[in-house]
Amino acid sequence: MTPMVEIRGLHKAYGDLKVLKGIDLTVERGQVICIIGPSGSGKSTLLRCVNLLETPTGGQVFVEGEELTHPDVDIDAARRKVGMVFQQFNLFPHLKVLDNVTIAQRRVLKRPKGEAERIARENLAKVGLEDKADSYPAQLSGGQQQRVAIARALAMNPDLMLFDEPTSALDPELVGDVLTVMRKLAQEGMTMLVVTHEMGFARDVADRVVFMDGGVIVEDGPPEQVIGAPRHERTKTFLRRVLDPTHAQEDDLDGAALPAEGA
Amino acid sequence: MSTTATEPAGPARGRTGLSPRQRRKISIAVQYALFVVVLVAVVFIVDWPKIQDTFLDFDNTREMYPDLFTVALKNTIIYTLTAYALGFALGLLVALMRLSSLAVYRAVALLFVEIFRGLPALLTLLIIGYGLPIALGGPVPGGTVGAVALGLGLVAAAYMAETFRAGIQAVPKGQLEAARSLGMSHTRAMFTIVIPQALRIIIPPLTNELVLLFKDSSLVSALGIAATGVELTKIGSDFAINTADSTPFVVAGACYLIITVPLGFAVRRLEARQAKAR
Repeated sequence: MTPMVEIRGLHKAYGDLKVLKGIDLTVERGQVICIIGPSGSGKSTLLRCVNLLETPTGGQVFVEGEELTHPDVDIDAARRKVGMVFQQFNLFPHLKVLDNVTIAQRRVLKRPKGEAERIARENLAKVGLEDKADSYPAQLSGGQQQRVAIARALAMNPDLMLFDEPTSALDPELVGDVLTVMRKLAQEGMTMLVVTHEMGFARDVADRVVFMDGGVIVEDGPPEQVIGAPRHERTKTFLRRVLDPTHAQEDDLDGAALPAEGA
Repeated sequence: MSTTATEPAGPARGRTGLSPRQRRKISIAVQYALFVVVLVAVVFIVDWPKIQDTFLDFDNTREMYPDLFTVALKNTIIYTLTAYALGFALGLLVALMRLSSLAVYRAVALLFVEIFRGLPALLTLLIIGYGLPIALGGPVPGGTVGAVALGLGLVAAAYMAETFRAGIQAVPKGQLEAARSLGMSHTRAMFTIVIPQALRIIIPPLTNELVLLFKDSSLVSALGIAATGVELTKIGSDFAINTADSTPFVVAGACYLIITVPLGFAVRRLEARQAKAR
């Protein structure tokens, strides 16, 4: 069976700045992969290359066997199968919640109004926000907005969902609601690629955890291995800092300025 | 200032002279005094009967009605709205060209903006009004209204293009990315997601442009046009010349203010509402 995602020798550079330096990654159907790593490690860029929001400078990306990096690809058609959830939610502020979830169904999939609204309400119910259909995004909390964003992506019936630090912009008490929705989605068998700093989520939900640093994949394996018993020094240092930031050792302090993470 | 005498005793301990509060009170009193002095001077220096005879001799304006409203004000509004419609459509097109990935479109759009923003509006209007009919070998489509709409519309388009561009660029990049990630093409994402949001952002400057255009329609008075095409400034100056009196100017001016003051009020309300929404 063709894998859901296959990435071969992926490179991405902005001028002289090399962000991805040869990534190979295969995601099987139904797998949940969490990508972890320090900021500037290229994990968001990798995710954004999977639906070509970033154009790779080298290598190939296949989704369900179709090469997205082929020059003649119909990228709009290919993206319909790939849902994406952003750190900053990116809901359409001028549209009501219901219209946020129906607009692409209607304009892209050409679903009739009634059908689009029915599917929208189903997905809003799935994220627990059926009663917010007539609200505007600005009237919702960050956690609610992010769940609407998930519903918006799901309404397109994607085969693959990309999550780019979905809880990083949320107040701590709202993180749980979003993670619960994502966990449910994983249990239903959705293929998911998740860039996250939520180690608990990665440990519990991921089939595989990928640790990236400096534009390469340093470690890739089941969570109990990568998070539970990391083999590489870089992974160990990173995990120590993330899991116990208050007790970062003096010698862990990183003097080198890290490049800013792409939002 | 006698009031200072009734103030409580100065602050204690080593402070001499006036406190900042006392100095501020004196400053305000001086400013009021200055205002009164200037007002009194104006009242006494100006020759009021002469002013009234020159600017407020409404006997000289009786002949202006009803043409002032039924022809001149109506034409002013028609010129403004047609020029605005053209400027809006062309301005949006030029803005999209300025943001195009094709260098040639960007260059053409920039050239357009620089030319029509750089030329005096009057000169553009004269070129279109007098030059274009000769170049076309016949009247401009739409006659006088067409020529005026084109002349003023080109200038308005240059300004509005920059406004549209700023508005489009003010929409966060994530909006376009979210729309694209849902499978929308670039064009569809622009028209359903980005431009509607950009328009909301630029409603105040776009309304302001309408006010400017309404006033700039007075430039049409410099074109030799038929009586049916007369607008406010033209009717004002015609009557002013005939009666050797400036009251018709004042009456025409009042007609502009009837429109521009409420519009200006609307702009300020829109801006305030947006400031609150942020």
